[in-house]
Amino acid sequence: MLAKLVPILIALVIMGAVLSVAALMLIVLGQDWDDALLWILSAVMLGSGLLVVTMRDIIRCGLAMIVCFLALAGIYVLMGAPLLGAAQVIVYIGAISVLILFAIMLTQTKDAPSRLVFQTQAVPAAIAAVVVAILIALAVVATDWGELTERVRLATDRMSEVLFEQFVFPFEIVSVLLLAAVIGGVFLAKREPGGPP
Amino acid sequence: MSDSLDAYLILSGILFAIGSFGFLARRNAISMLMSIELMLNAVNLAIVAFAAFSPATDAQAQGSVIALMVMAVAAAEATVGLAIVIAIYRNKKTPLVDEYDAMSR
Repeated sequence: MLAKLVPILIALVIMGAVLSVAALMLIVLGQDWDDALLWILSAVMLGSGLLVVTMRDIIRCGLAMIVCFLALAGIYVLMGAPLLGAAQVIVYIGAISVLILFAIMLTQTKDAPSRLVFQTQAVPAAIAAVVVAILIALAVVATDWGELTERVRLATDRMSEVLFEQFVFPFEIVSVLLLAAVIGGVFLAKREPGGPP
Repeated sequence: MSDSLDAYLILSGILFAIGSFGFLARRNAISMLMSIELMLNAVNLAIVAFAAFSPATDAQAQGSVIALMVMAVAAAEATVGLAIVIAIYRNKKTPLVDEYDAMSR
């Protein structure tokens, strides 16, 4: 009983630490709410993203992925794209995560989760990931983004106009792609009548 | 911090790096697919950040629309990828990719 409570307690402690750090920043450093919210959401997103790629139990990986997507939806709202945040919640959390969780339940073997989480190439993979992160950070910092500092905030109706006037051809292509994906998914996952169960 | 493009781009880069590590290192096929989703989300974040900080009039709407397209493609990719994993699992009885070695025998 107590052992089951430990992860919940750890999660609560981490959340409390993040919130208190953000509150401290807000009070001591005098930053505004947008900054504090961005710090909290970034910490939650990166932390749960790390949990997705490192945890042993894959069901928990899937649940951490939902948290990661939720934090990213919050960041979208913070950046002035609320419709995109809603779409993130609907598409990623509502559809893709559920699909992945069902696939996890269909494909995991009965015994305990595999002892070896990573492949033998985990160390080179970690090095490659760090190198990628450093390269991206260097490129971002070294580039002068010029006049890209003026924020533009546009309403949902503007976005729908753009979607159905400028982007109507990609829109139709995406609908065909989704149809093809549905048919392909059903065909691939379908059980043959005489095949193995 | 929330009014600088660099912060969002570095955030996106770190998320992309986490996803690439997971894709390269995990043994479970579904974990690899989840890592791909993380990388797609990182790219979406970069697109939306560029759009939000662009001075052009329609930039934010266009960035949102492109991100929506990426989401649709990600949904299609997840569908087909998971169907393939399930089809392989039915034959090999394991979700671990380093045991999918039928072509090396």
